[in-house]
Amino acid sequence: MDSNIYLPNLMIVEKITQEAPGVKTLRLKFKDEEFGQKFEFKAGQFAEYSAFGEGECTFCIASSPTRKGYVECTFREAGRVTSALAKLEEGDTMGFRGPYGNTFPIDEWKGKNLLFIAGGIALPPMRCVIWNTLDTRENFGDISIVYGAKSPADLVYKHELKEWGERPDVKLAVTVDPGGETPDWKGEVGFVPAVVEKMNPSPENTIAIVCGPPIMIKMTFPVLDKLGFKPENIYTTLENRMKCGVGKCGRCNVGEKYVCKDGPVFSRLELEALPAEY
Amino acid sequence: MNDLKAKVKDLFESGAINLFIGYEEGTRRPRPLFVKNAEETNKLVFDDRCSGNLAVYLTRKDLIGGKKVGIAASYYALKSINQLVSENQLSDEWLRVIGLSADGKLLEFGSLAEVSEYLKTASAPPKQNEDELVRQIEAMTMEERWQFWSDELSKCFKCYACRAACPMCYCTKCIVEVNRPQWIQPWATTLSNMEWQINRVMHMAGRCSDCGSCGEACPLGIPIHLLTHKMSETVAANFGQNGDDKGNVLSTFKPEDKENFIL
Amino acid sequence: MERKYISDESLKTFINQLNDEGRHVYAPVAKGEKTEFERVKSFDKISLDHIQTTQSIKAVAFPRTEKLFSYTKNKGDVTLEDYNPDLIPEMVVFGLHPCDAAGFKPLSNIFNWGTPDVPFNERRRRTTLIAMSCTQSDEFCFCTSVNGGPGNTAGSDILLTPIKDKNGYLVEVVSEKGQELVSKYAGLFGEAPDVDKEAYLAKLSRKFSLDDLRGKISHMFESEVWKKQSERCLGCGACAFVCPTCACFDIQEDTKGSKGNRLRCWDSCGFSLFTFHTSGHNPREVQSQRWRQRLLHKFSYMPERLSVVGCTGCGRCSRACPVDMNISDHLAEIADLSVVTTEKEK
Repeated sequence: MDSNIYLPNLMIVEKITQEAPGVKTLRLKFKDEEFGQKFEFKAGQFAEYSAFGEGECTFCIASSPTRKGYVECTFREAGRVTSALAKLEEGDTMGFRGPYGNTFPIDEWKGKNLLFIAGGIALPPMRCVIWNTLDTRENFGDISIVYGAKSPADLVYKHELKEWGERPDVKLAVTVDPGGETPDWKGEVGFVPAVVEKMNPSPENTIAIVCGPPIMIKMTFPVLDKLGFKPENIYTTLENRMKCGVGKCGRCNVGEKYVCKDGPVFSRLELEALPAEY
Repeated sequence: MNDLKAKVKDLFESGAINLFIGYEEGTRRPRPLFVKNAEETNKLVFDDRCSGNLAVYLTRKDLIGGKKVGIAASYYALKSINQLVSENQLSDEWLRVIGLSADGKLLEFGSLAEVSEYLKTASAPPKQNEDELVRQIEAMTMEERWQFWSDELSKCFKCYACRAACPMCYCTKCIVEVNRPQWIQPWATTLSNMEWQINRVMHMAGRCSDCGSCGEACPLGIPIHLLTHKMSETVAANFGQNGDDKGNVLSTFKPEDKENFIL
Repeated sequence: MERKYISDESLKTFINQLNDEGRHVYAPVAKGEKTEFERVKSFDKISLDHIQTTQSIKAVAFPRTEKLFSYTKNKGDVTLEDYNPDLIPEMVVFGLHPCDAAGFKPLSNIFNWGTPDVPFNERRRRTTLIAMSCTQSDEFCFCTSVNGGPGNTAGSDILLTPIKDKNGYLVEVVSEKGQELVSKYAGLFGEAPDVDKEAYLAKLSRKFSLDDLRGKISHMFESEVWKKQSERCLGCGACAFVCPTCACFDIQEDTKGSKGNRLRCWDSCGFSLFTFHTSGHNPREVQSQRWRQRLLHKFSYMPERLSVVGCTGCGRCSRACPVDMNISDHLAEIADLSVVTTEKEK
């Protein structure tokens, strides 16, 4: 008999980080250590996470494939499953199915500059790529990161933002929405697209990776157009509702493309070929 | 029939409406039709074969939003319209109602208030079949009744055609879709199917027009309209008739309301 | 393909013996105005007069509610119990029509796209299909428009065609599974009658050209036709649930105390919340988008991605629809469209 694709791997919650109000990162280790050592994934892939008794939820893998021995997921408490996952304690067991989906074509980006643009809770899918490229720093040219959230409190991975900000080989701009700034806020104030425009990155030999809420993506693309980025050099991820993760349950397709199999990573060129139903 | 076509044509030509919801001939019986202009009115039919309560479309914003709507309403659709008015879902500003009397004459209503007035004196078409079936079920012992409904509801696969066909089921998120807490198990098993039907029917109490569209819509032929039929009878016997100026009988307190069911 | 004969009487014996040897036999049973597949323990319960059962027989391989695995929680710890295929009985479906037998191929292609689906495959593997050619049809049938036919053998293990004047059936042994059964009960089968099978089948004219339909439908995402066709659609799941090829499902949790099962249950692309994101965003917000998805999935996406059309022309969706969304009429309308909208709406 083939193995049952719906049967999750059991994972132990090793570490819990409260990133922002309602946002947590769980570091997970495979209960079956042998399996855990063999486990591999690539930047951009996602998984189905189980809170037994409540159900499954889809998120990207937020840790980098270069950091072995664990996977991390970062999520906002929103529905039934995420609320149950948020109640888990260190040492508790949860389920994991994956990795699923395609990957960022990092190998093709060797020698290029990278511009990461993220908003709100969409930094996690990008954090995986950021660490992946920082851990293999010699393969890439300039690395710039623009990240924005509603307010300083809503920023996720605060310690890592600090670390990236201090690295001489990373250019980082962190911004909060106008009105969200606190008196001691020292970063930028403004929406992500405006900050990107102000940063004025060169499209020369540069790949832009954009993850964020639909409205942010919609507003950022024209800015990248104006700066001269070609659609084939812009990447994003789609996050449609899904149940199975493997192309069967029938939910996540955009036209004939299935986000779970053909995505979640799409270049803007590919995105433009899709019907506007995402 | 030509009466209706002419009337609706007039409504289009005078600009009173820009959408008319009626019936056209279908594969085996008439089916709903959305008429957009005077020319299309020649497809309209309206007679006692026209079943399925068209009032169900009046809460569908994607279809009627921003439009001036006319509707062909059977007796039961009129009752549903009246109930939707009392739930603040409809307005004279955008809705024109054409009814059909028991003897097959067209009824032109100048306002939704006139619909309400009409219903005070109009009598409901007889439901001998339903009455008979309810009597048969009532004659059963408790065990037989449980067996009857278990057998019937074991068939249900939760397609929610009953909900979709009901003018009163216009919640954007139905109780069966609420999952915190999960009140009703969303998959199909006999028990969870019963939970669903009991909830559906209770939500109809005092609101149901007794049109029977739920039962008619059921692709598996489960007689769920008997539940609403019996419930309408019970509500009327205990709290008064729908639409007799008492408001929604189960959400309007009256000093004379029965309280003997409170333990 | 081997051809044989079985008499009315021997067929009875054949089916009864399949039951007696412990197989679960599913066959059409008439109840009031409806005929549905049910498990039968005797041939006498079976009704073969119907044109179409209300529901397809896909549930033998894709039950409306099915356990995928079980779990037990113990404080923070969890133990899992995998899906157990040994609990699945050997099954025989008797009396299904060719449109239902054909439906298992699209289902199988969906469930095996990339990764094999164990619950589906294990059930399908234990199922033998003894189908019955159609001698009658109604105005909703359109198998001949989607590469099928009233005597189509595709998907069946054995296909029987009633030969009234010979008091029995022409037997076509289509697959190895079918061959095994026929060999096992060889005494019940005789020599094939020298008849023209076609003469005994229902006559169905084509309602549309599949080539015309496919040529157009893949290029008309932005067409106005979806809005127009879907106006009366109520957004229920009746069409999907009676369909022999619809496979969309939901995954749910059935928990009691510290134990529970993860379940798969039928779902429908027609439901408004099917694609609803927790954030409130819904890529298919209105019914016209959901109707478009239903038809494009069956006639564009599935042919493109899974090399199979997601429709066998059984007409069940049209019969089940509370508002007469007659699918073959809608498909014929699309196949006949002269102007196709290709422009992308922005």
